[in-house]
Amino acid sequence: MIKIENLTKYYGDLKAVDSVSFEIQKGEILGLLGPNGAGKTTIYRILTGYLSPTSGSIKVKDFNIQNNLIEIKKLIGYLPEAAPIYQDMLVFDYLNYVADIRGVDKEKKLAHLRELADLCSLNEVMHFSINELSKGYRQRVGIAHALMGDPEILVLDEPTAGLDPNQIVETRDIIRRIGKEKTIVFSTHILSEAEATCDRVVIIDRGKKVADDTVENLRKSLKLESFEKIFLALTKGKGH
Amino acid sequence: MKNIKHIFKKELKSYFVSPIAYIVISVFLLIIGWLFYSTFFLDRQANLTRFFSILPVAFAFVVPAVTMRLFSEEINIGSYEILLTMPVTFRDIIVGKFLAAVGFIGIMLIPTLFYAVTTTFLGKLDWGPVIGGYLGAILLGATFSAIGLLASSVTRNQVVAFIIGMAVCLALTLLIDFMLFFLPNFLVGIFQYLSANYHFQNIAKGVIDLRDILYFVSVSFVVLYGTNLIMQGKK
Repeated sequence: MIKIENLTKYYGDLKAVDSVSFEIQKGEILGLLGPNGAGKTTIYRILTGYLSPTSGSIKVKDFNIQNNLIEIKKLIGYLPEAAPIYQDMLVFDYLNYVADIRGVDKEKKLAHLRELADLCSLNEVMHFSINELSKGYRQRVGIAHALMGDPEILVLDEPTAGLDPNQIVETRDIIRRIGKEKTIVFSTHILSEAEATCDRVVIIDRGKKVADDTVENLRKSLKLESFEKIFLALTKGKGH
Repeated sequence: MKNIKHIFKKELKSYFVSPIAYIVISVFLLIIGWLFYSTFFLDRQANLTRFFSILPVAFAFVVPAVTMRLFSEEINIGSYEILLTMPVTFRDIIVGKFLAAVGFIGIMLIPTLFYAVTTTFLGKLDWGPVIGGYLGAILLGATFSAIGLLASSVTRNQVVAFIIGMAVCLALTLLIDFMLFFLPNFLVGIFQYLSANYHFQNIAKGVIDLRDILYFVSVSFVVLYGTNLIMQGKK
């Protein structure tokens, strides 16, 4: 579904992503993990067309980000970290606008908006302005934004960061529910969450890929019991 | 094309949900109304010449205030990332935002039609220069909007965007006109041609010359294309 090859991104002199390659199969839930500043967000931003890579390529289905960026954007629903959205818009107006941009059919639009409001439990806040919402609600608006128009692929950058335990459970439920039909790439710092939800994990450290396997296989190959220790072993002790 | 419409609608609407639209329109009408009517009865002439002669300077202040938020706000709060990852092209975004600003300026000009209407009560108004003046005002507003949009795309700070936009618009209206006095003769023609005020005043006389229209259209196009390059560079 998604094929990333030798992806490299420089910010000035800083190498944020260093020839990273991995693939994501259709229907898979992939956890992209790594310490802060490892380059996860940069990879998402390149994948979603916000940034362009210094070198390397990304293919989504048969589309290439160099030539068919619009087609790729149509296939991907993206939740950026901390879901920055228009402050002075009503939730309904915002989602309606996103539906228009993503080309949702006029007749189906209202039903689709209702469906997403139900799924993300947004019904009570549809007529609130976004800057009045709590962080949890804002995150859910972001998830509804990502799901708009039923994209085949979801890219979720730390969807549970900064939420309270109840909201984390709710968000995780939403991801699991939608994960049955979709290809999902997401990142999190809660390793138990990654272990419970992901089919496979890719671990990035300082721009380089250090692991790409199921948690079970990583356990066997590193002979470590807890995923936390595996994560530390892979990303620590190299001069942090 | 459809996306341009959606972005245009969203931007125009968001002007009117925040108080900024009402403040900008009120300040504009207050200042221009005061400057216009303060000498209107002394002139004893039933025309809008004075209104159109002060309009470019008023626009140089007001239009950058209208456009300053278009990109700066998005870059600042981070919604720029959302905008760019939706299935829209740079062209859709730029043209949509640009047209929203022009639309806003059109709305802002509607109450000034009251000046034209009341003037007809006092004497015989020649509508030629009035129609030309409004056409020129829209063209001038569009060109200044393009400049303001470019200024907004280079910074996350709305105040900086406003000041850059205002400085460039003022340079195109006042500065060049003042400079003409000091320039050697052979340069006067060239610099006069660069002046937005010169072309605007031509149209506002009621003489619609293709060269003047071409000036506004080409400056707007070049500046919008520059905005595109800046967005491209940010990637």
